[in-house]
Amino acid sequence: MRIPCPFCGERDLTEFSYLGDAGYVRPDASGSDAAGRFVEAVYLRDNPSGLHAELWYHASGCRTWLRVTRDIRTHEIASAEYANPAVGK
Amino acid sequence: MRYSIFSLLREALSGHRGWGPAWRDAAPKPEYDVIIVGGGGHGLATAHYLAKVHGITRVAVLEKGWIGSGNVGRNTTIIRSNYLLPGNNPFYELSMKLWEGLEQDLNYNAMVSQRGVLNLYHSDGQRDAYARRGNAMRMHGVDAELLDREAVRRMLPFLDFDGARFPIQGGLLQRRGGTVRHDAVAWGYARAASGRGVDIIQNCEVTGFQRDGDRIIGVETTRGAIRAKKVGLAVAGNSSTVARLAGLRLPIESHVLQAFVSEAIKPFIPGVITFGAGHFYISQSDKGGLVFGGDIDGYNSYAQRGNLPTVEDVCEGGMALMPALGRIRMLRSWGGIMDMSMDGSPIIDHTPLPGLYLNSGWCYGGFKATPASGWCFAHLLARDEPHATARAFRLDRFATGYLLDEKGSGAQPNLH
Repeated sequence: MRIPCPFCGERDLTEFSYLGDAGYVRPDASGSDAAGRFVEAVYLRDNPSGLHAELWYHASGCRTWLRVTRDIRTHEIASAEYANPAVGK
Repeated sequence: MRYSIFSLLREALSGHRGWGPAWRDAAPKPEYDVIIVGGGGHGLATAHYLAKVHGITRVAVLEKGWIGSGNVGRNTTIIRSNYLLPGNNPFYELSMKLWEGLEQDLNYNAMVSQRGVLNLYHSDGQRDAYARRGNAMRMHGVDAELLDREAVRRMLPFLDFDGARFPIQGGLLQRRGGTVRHDAVAWGYARAASGRGVDIIQNCEVTGFQRDGDRIIGVETTRGAIRAKKVGLAVAGNSSTVARLAGLRLPIESHVLQAFVSEAIKPFIPGVITFGAGHFYISQSDKGGLVFGGDIDGYNSYAQRGNLPTVEDVCEGGMALMPALGRIRMLRSWGGIMDMSMDGSPIIDHTPLPGLYLNSGWCYGGFKATPASGWCFAHLLARDEPHATARAFRLDRFATGYLLDEKGSGAQPNLH
């Protein structure tokens, strides 16, 4: 598997480390249902069989966080972009 | 037919023409008491114990492909019960006891071989951690011996004891651990369950659930709708996908784990050896191939194949442990899909939907658990209450905080 880093170009898997599903959003801790929302955010995953948006860190490269969309049935990568939209602007 | 020395002699004298199929390939009926989704080791074991222990025989096991085509035929065949936590240890020891009586129970040769599992340690800190683990095991009535360097050297003189970075200082040995012929586990459970009237239905993929309000009252399949009083899921690797059909989100990610086998050689490795300074474990099959593996690849995958960096990492671990491995050629590698749960421990529990039960989250430790998983899941399905040794495997433990994190790495499945 090779990941097309938007800054460095296509690079080998060994340069990256994996975090997981990119859909994590920190819940509002002051809401009345905060406890349940934190359980969902920390522990529950969609784990889809198909396209998956996920976070990779280019540790041995440009050291930016990437948002990679990958088909996890085939490992084929559909897109890779900076996780933080402000990066690269 | 009951397998015995007499049936073997009779067939030997009559040209082996009388052996029938070991189990019945059934067609689906309209309704069952219990449907088990997933014809792997855990599903077939559940069906066997439902029929044998609880007397429930109107049971169907639905399998998308053919039985044993998933992880029960893809693992590295190791059995052990060297767990630390109170919620885990008695469960895996129950499994070990069931392994010890499995072949007599099933009347099937599963080649259960208690050749010992040795976990090596390479530092003072690791020795202390293994001493603690060994003591926890012994307090639960499980066998464990802490070996020093010389004792390990007498057992396994071919290891690299004096590596500058990871010298071997000793190991924690469970003599009752060992290996089992994994395919035979699926076939043996299938034969025993089928013999008691369980329908094993292959090429039958579940595509949806029939509901009456919240209650699950049956399944839709590629071979038609089937009703059931209770439906149990034993589809580890694909648990999230099947549970999604019922609208459930699980604390699970699917990851790929690779395994490897070398060309066959004469008897070389007497038991199971694990490297303590990296993730690498190895044993030798009765056919002579060295069977080994290491870490999961570390990213979500349903591909049943992994990538080369993990192959390299596993082989490096092997070479650091026993340099003689470099003389042997690797024959095959393959991948299986693991249910990596958020605390590294399994789930055997009710779901929020009445009539739907869940057996999942086995990470890469499901094979050794097969008999106890079937035993406890059958108990849950038959009596609607968790078995005493599986009480910690609750689905709601992620909300209540009673996690079973054997490794202490948190809600990050690729680190368990």
